[in-house]
Amino acid sequence: MSSAPSRGAPSITVLHDRLRPEEQLLFDALEQRGAHVERVYAPAWHWQAGAARREGETVLLRTLSHARTLAIARALEADGAQVINSAHVIEVCGDKAATTAALAAAGVPQPRTAIAFGRDEVLAIAEDFGWPIVLKPVVGSWGRMISRLSDVDALDAVLEHKTHLGGPQHQVFYVQEHVNKPGRDLRAFVVGDRVVAAIAREGEDWRTNTARGAVVRGMPTGPMEEIALAAARAVGGGVLAVDLLESGSELLISEVNHGLEFRNSSAPTGVDIPGEIASYLIAQAERYAQHVS
Amino acid sequence: MQTVSTPYGRLDLDPTALQLGELVVSDDGVELEVVSLNPLQFEIAPEEAEDWGE
Repeated sequence: MSSAPSRGAPSITVLHDRLRPEEQLLFDALEQRGAHVERVYAPAWHWQAGAARREGETVLLRTLSHARTLAIARALEADGAQVINSAHVIEVCGDKAATTAALAAAGVPQPRTAIAFGRDEVLAIAEDFGWPIVLKPVVGSWGRMISRLSDVDALDAVLEHKTHLGGPQHQVFYVQEHVNKPGRDLRAFVVGDRVVAAIAREGEDWRTNTARGAVVRGMPTGPMEEIALAAARAVGGGVLAVDLLESGSELLISEVNHGLEFRNSSAPTGVDIPGEIASYLIAQAERYAQHVS
Repeated sequence: MQTVSTPYGRLDLDPTALQLGELVVSDDGVELEVVSLNPLQFEIAPEEAEDWGE
């Protein structure tokens, strides 16, 4: 990785592993805007404490693994780099319990959510919230391993599976009320202090993730702006995808994603999302380089 | 273009245009990730892992 960027063309380091369409779109958008992009393949990279200083350097993280992304962010921030998104944001967004806590502390509306560690406590929560409930892993994405549980038999079966899966994350039971959404959820793309685009994801599956075949439709950003920006501020801000549920006329925050995917969202919204992100990164890089010079 | 043999099938590709992290598909239908350019190396690309995501 380079040292601090020289004056002139802004320099952005992008740490990535698997190249998805998003990374290619970001490389192109950054280069079209005159940025010098240094691509670093994370599996072939290592960090040594105290070996380098990176004041003035801006790094975009585009790695897939939450654990890997958080480790890299912490390491580079220790060296003085500006990391987008920051280690704090990755930590909060990468753990649903942490996200929920941050939203609650900021008073941002979200579905009723509870955390428990035993079967009887989860059962008590379910009776309070009402069946069905939704049980989610605290770490995970793309709708993976999320269960909608309609009764105690289903709850017992899933908890037994989680117990035998092992791993400390599976022993934290993250429980949400089931929001009877209208066949879709909403997503607001937040870049800095703006909602640059919004979509609805519509699908047959109750988990309306695009990874599960949901169809994307462009939406006006206006109705989502206030709550989406509040959610983004609550987790620390940056480049974020804020997922929302409609509960009657109310909007609730379901998740805030720090490693957003947008390949299917520019066309239906008519918004150049990678371009918006690239412009923000360049402005942040220039500001940071100036700040430390 | 060049034909490269891997344990997972053959690949017809231009080695000079490859990027680290890029996915390619062998003639056996196996999705491979480019993990080294020099020497050229590929590994089977898992579809997902537990903590992968957005």
